[in-house]
Amino acid sequence: MSDQEQRGHIVPVGIYVRIFLGLIVLTGITTAAAYVDLGAMNTVVALAIAVVKMLLVVLFFMHVKYSTNLTRLVIIAGFFWLAILVALTLSDELTRHWTPESGAWSALLPILPRFF
Amino acid sequence: MADMAAHGAHPPGFAHQFEEMAQQREAGSLGMWVFLVTEIMFFGGLFATYTVYRSLHPQAFEMGSHLLEARFGATNTAVLISSSLTMALAIHSAQTGKSKSTIIGYLIATLVLGAAFIGIKLYFEWYHDYVEHLIPGIDFVIRPEWGHAGSQVPLFFCFYFFMTGLHALHMVIGIGILSVLAIMTARQRFSSEYYAPLEISGLYWHFVDIVWIFLFPLLYLIGGRYGTGVH
Repeated sequence: MSDQEQRGHIVPVGIYVRIFLGLIVLTGITTAAAYVDLGAMNTVVALAIAVVKMLLVVLFFMHVKYSTNLTRLVIIAGFFWLAILVALTLSDELTRHWTPESGAWSALLPILPRFF
Repeated sequence: MADMAAHGAHPPGFAHQFEEMAQQREAGSLGMWVFLVTEIMFFGGLFATYTVYRSLHPQAFEMGSHLLEARFGATNTAVLISSSLTMALAIHSAQTGKSKSTIIGYLIATLVLGAAFIGIKLYFEWYHDYVEHLIPGIDFVIRPEWGHAGSQVPLFFCFYFFMTGLHALHMVIGIGILSVLAIMTARQRFSSEYYAPLEISGLYWHFVDIVWIFLFPLLYLIGGRYGTGVH
């Protein structure tokens, strides 16, 4: 077993500094973008930049670019479960007004017995 | 590594249930990631609830967001990113066998930046919010200029204080961990072969950084900061 494997992957300082500078620049861009009227796209742009920043931190600062596939699988599974949490919650919340069920029921009110 | 099988021949920090140091290191970071996945779900619940209520009350969330100072949020983002760099450099110093004073220096720098983050939050933001009567449950005054959506602005501030408060709690725990790491480094517990506590605490620190990377745009930059007449 090589010395490199024995000590774990060593990321050069230059890469850390470049990732740091990239994160600072992206923070500036996301702040500046908030002062431009993009309508609904403002949130999309802000979240897209946040995801890019997260990937930079995860891959380089957290060494996932150099980690084993098992570790990557655990991380991806975590985000997949989070996606289920958000997707199923929103699929309920955002579609409640699609079917006018309460209106159909209220149409019956005049013919229902008085105790209703 | 067969010669390591004999008891007592282990290098410092090497636990005997592992075959080799690389396996021990992988098991350590895998275990930490399993914990971080529970943290993703923990904060994820808050983010999902935030999304639901923001979609229900978009105007109130926009008004609430405009009451926060984006420049403090941006400054704190830069402070946290800097602390992530110094944390990464602390681990790098240990990996490359730098002196313990170098490692402690980077750990203290990380700790100071983390404390600066909480200082900015407490003094420039939370204290300011208190003076402005913007803390639901303690002192909140709904302003007439907010209009009909004004009664939902406290809801935004509930999310703001719970999310930033929970994040700040993680920062405080992180500062405690950094202090312990500095003491361990001073006692020469780490080497270029064994630095697992540094690596694993680094994962935690960077994770807390990522949470803030999402909190900053979602709380401070809603609906843009251009004039929409809802200030």
